[in-house]
Amino acid sequence: MSGLNEVLGSIEKESSFLIKALQSVQHHEGFISDESILKIADHFSIPSAEVEGVVSFYAQFKRTKPGKYVIAVCDGTACHIKGSTLIENWVSDALKIKNGETDETGTFSLELVACLGCCSLAPVMSVNGRVYGKLDRKELLKILKKYQKGEV
Amino acid sequence: MIKRIKIGAGSCGIAAGAGEILDIFKKSFSPYEVVEVGCIGHCYAEPLVEVETDSGSVFYGNVKADEKSINNILALGVEGRFIPAQSRTSKELLKVTALAGRIDPVSIEEYELNGGYLALKKALSMESSAVVEDVKKSGLRGRGGAGFPTGLKWSFLAAKQSDRKFLICNADEGDPGAFMDRSMMESVPHQVLEGMLIGVHATGATEIFIYCRAEYPLALKNLKIAASQIEKKGYDMINGRKINIMIKEGAGAFVCGEETAMINSLEGKRGTPRFRPPFPTDSGYKGYPSLINNVETFANIPVLINEGGESYALIGTQGSKGTKLFALAGDIKNPGLVEVPMGITIGEIVYDLGGAEKGSVKAVQIGGPSGGCIPEDKFDISVDYDSLRSLGAIMGSGGLIAVGKNRCMVETARYFLDFTAKESCGKCTFCRVGTKRMLETLELITKGKGTLEHVEFLEDIGPKIIKGSLCGLGQSAPNPVISTLRFFKHEYLEHVTDKKCSALICNALVELKIDKDKCIKCKLCIKACPVNAISDDFIVNNSLCTRCNSCIEVCPKDAVGRIPAGGAK
Repeated sequence: MSGLNEVLGSIEKESSFLIKALQSVQHHEGFISDESILKIADHFSIPSAEVEGVVSFYAQFKRTKPGKYVIAVCDGTACHIKGSTLIENWVSDALKIKNGETDETGTFSLELVACLGCCSLAPVMSVNGRVYGKLDRKELLKILKKYQKGEV
Repeated sequence: MIKRIKIGAGSCGIAAGAGEILDIFKKSFSPYEVVEVGCIGHCYAEPLVEVETDSGSVFYGNVKADEKSINNILALGVEGRFIPAQSRTSKELLKVTALAGRIDPVSIEEYELNGGYLALKKALSMESSAVVEDVKKSGLRGRGGAGFPTGLKWSFLAAKQSDRKFLICNADEGDPGAFMDRSMMESVPHQVLEGMLIGVHATGATEIFIYCRAEYPLALKNLKIAASQIEKKGYDMINGRKINIMIKEGAGAFVCGEETAMINSLEGKRGTPRFRPPFPTDSGYKGYPSLINNVETFANIPVLINEGGESYALIGTQGSKGTKLFALAGDIKNPGLVEVPMGITIGEIVYDLGGAEKGSVKAVQIGGPSGGCIPEDKFDISVDYDSLRSLGAIMGSGGLIAVGKNRCMVETARYFLDFTAKESCGKCTFCRVGTKRMLETLELITKGKGTLEHVEFLEDIGPKIIKGSLCGLGQSAPNPVISTLRFFKHEYLEHVTDKKCSALICNALVELKIDKDKCIKCKLCIKACPVNAISDDFIVNNSLCTRCNSCIEVCPKDAVGRIPAGGAK
């Protein structure tokens, strides 16, 4: 937890920096743990329930540890029209995880996100922030295989 | 003679492979400078490379990441040259996006060389009230969705006496299917900031916030670089006062695009909306007078000041002036970012700019989950705030999705309600519970369990949610349903009375079948099926089948297809 103190140490104690603090902690730890919530509440001298309230409000904040590779299947309008539901199904089938889940080995997480802003390449997904566009089943399975083999 | 090489490396370009192309250029030891630029709007041709030569630019589209293509470009070969269709270029009017994708986004010098910060200098030489007057004269209306007159909003903040006043840029582009603001921030961050600095002078604001969604890492990066360059150059000194530019990352909540919710979020709180009045210009961030405009609105300001409000107002319709950016996507040939004069028709955008084939599109969805659909027989409607509203759609921020003939409007409405029901902050009961009830009803209909009463229920509850909600999210959430019920009621009725989805989209109303005459018994479908629903004699067991389309995708002969369930015609 020493790293956490360092992360928080650089953030002002004024409450408008709460979201910034949560983002920094998540960036550092990968998610927001119970301990982090208590520490952050302490940092801003506010009740931990208030911190939890903000965490649960915003989609960005994760309360469980994500996998090594976070697959975000875009379900924006353009992607939805172009079949993002199928993309989600195919990822689920290939990796045996559903939306919001992480596999047993902690390698892959799957989440459905609102819009990655690459609508002209629909359907798209991103793996740890790297965007893959114009997906079909073949291309998708090829990409997943690369990550499974650790070739990326 | 080649002067330098530009690679379109906005988020779209990178996703299409611009990074790999950049690597090859670097390895090729070409003597020319290679710069990463933003988006020129022709996303369908990504990755795009522009070669600047003495005699003008040569573009290459859909560039492959291999040495052969790169050598071809370095030799200015004819292969793979990209020339935008005349049907598009003749209808476009590039003013706000004139520099997007043409200059290095993070070079303040290049922005200056192309006329950057001249508008700021001009504005600073004017009385602040004259700047507000000019913005009023231009007729510019907020580009974020609601279309409130920008000059009027500015005059509210200018009239406020306070030791702190905040100018806030709404860069929380949460509409799924919209990417205009992302593109502007990535491609010309200085233009957005210049617009804000002019706003500071005009309104007497003391501090600047940019609230940008965290899902846009490149936009955030470029904005931060631009802000630090501004500081070095001293452009942030306005009337003897140094203006603090603060860039805040959103955390993924659609409702934060609503201005009072955004203010709560900026204060580090849950992003729920506040009662209005007081309006933000009276009491906003931490109780200080605050003004929120969207990215595209601010990006319009330098253009407007340079040419003057009256000249700006020459383009457009009676009530809607200037140009508008649209993120064009969906079932069209050439998706991308387009800038068009107000008053153009939807048909021109879809067919001439988007390259859709006549008759292939049955509607456009405009304004995202807050907007509505416009059916094909109304495509001659003028694109302006008031005409779109008359059809139950809205200008919105500028997402424009073409919906092909083979899509289901009921499913599309369900999709939007799924989004708004999840994004409703929960403060107002009508929005929180109402959107959920609408979603459940739509789910029943798409599953073939709907009745006529369900359709009547949707017609009844929509207007009530609009009335009973505090902010724009709830007030517009029923729009996609109301509007599809208005123009595509026959699709709803087909789902509830015939239990049929003509578009063959709604899984519960569809079965999969293998055409024995086309099948070559290659067994690829059997291997691909994740639930073993295909027998050795190529018959699909539809009670096992999850309609995942894997078999359709792998079949080399198009022998597998979706048909109406239960023998429905």
